[in-house]
Amino acid sequence: MTYFADVRALARKDMLLELRARDTLPAMLLFVVATFAVFHFALPERSSHLAASGLLWVAILFTALLGLGRAFVPEREQHVLDGLVLAPCDRSAIWLGKGIATLAFLGAAELVALPVFALFFHGVDAATIGAVALADVGICAVGTFLGAMAVATRARDLLLPLLFLPLAIPIVVGGVGASVVSSPGRYLGFLVLYDTLFALLCWATFEYVVTE
Amino acid sequence: MIRARKLGKRFGEKRVLRGVDLDLEQGGFAVVTGPNGSGKTTLLRICAGLALPSEGELEVDVPRAAVGYLAHEPLVYRELSALENLELYGRLYHVPERRERTGMLLERFGLWDVRHERVASYSRGMTQRLALCRVLLHDPQLLVLDEPYTALDTAGAELLDAQLAELHRERTLLVATHDPDRVAPLATTRLALA
Repeated sequence: MTYFADVRALARKDMLLELRARDTLPAMLLFVVATFAVFHFALPERSSHLAASGLLWVAILFTALLGLGRAFVPEREQHVLDGLVLAPCDRSAIWLGKGIATLAFLGAAELVALPVFALFFHGVDAATIGAVALADVGICAVGTFLGAMAVATRARDLLLPLLFLPLAIPIVVGGVGASVVSSPGRYLGFLVLYDTLFALLCWATFEYVVTE
Repeated sequence: MIRARKLGKRFGEKRVLRGVDLDLEQGGFAVVTGPNGSGKTTLLRICAGLALPSEGELEVDVPRAAVGYLAHEPLVYRELSALENLELYGRLYHVPERRERTGMLLERFGLWDVRHERVASYSRGMTQRLALCRVLLHDPQLLVLDEPYTALDTAGAELLDAQLAELHRERTLLVATHDPDRVAPLATTRLALA
């Protein structure tokens, strides 16, 4: 119970910081809507359903990257990560709290992004929504972990996409697959497997990312 | 409480700490002095558990929950208020009667009236006072203070003097300072880094 109370306190802190600073969610919203608008005009008329579905996943991935790049900025600016690491809570609670907050921001951005996508391209079915939700979990689990790694380096802005994008390829494979096939069960299962595997891996090893 | 033998630290090729011996008993007060770049902060970070030594032996006979570390940076969120910052740390340290203790510390360090204001609006001295509140919040057994008088005005420094005198002998203190005379009457151990 104490562990989840710590996670709740940490996630609440991140949401409060975003409410005050408002520098992550508005940027994500603007980016994803602008991306769809650009794709809408860049794609030839009557472009295929498959191509549009692929673009949805590209937009989601890069929007998430924008949020992940900002995830540890408050900790970096004031070196607060030292304070959190010294606290007697389990260090994985830092990762989980940050991951939950990032998931909330990404989910909020998608609440706007999916209707905009439907407006510009084609409707979004239940399988796509399910795949987006599952993909978000994987993106935030892996991205938060890598964000904590990158924040300790000087090349943090470069390092995060370099580390994150290759690891996100399975998410794109699963997401696009679930969006375009008639029976998406296999792809959704693949996303569940990815989420479970990487969430466990990140949870178990986060301590070594934030300590020497 | 702290026993260090031939403690050393390297960052790549650069050696920042070499052959440090330190014995600090429970209730002791060690003052660490030395010029800039002599490794004071590195030594304190190692003793607080934030860094590992590259060589030598170190025993710190106190759990992580009982260490209070004051760094160069205040380790608080600028977009949160003093109260919200202490509330967060109070939860993470599982401080009993968190609200009462937070209120008492904010009152003592003269921040009660500005407790709801964002830390970003504080002066450097006020932020340092808040950092001291954060360090003392969970009533730590071992206090590791890196330049605690930084940015404090006369009233703030006198407040800290009084606080250190109160903690003296009840708690173990490891303090790095450029002004050793200020804490000289309390010191039981002196360590000069070259």
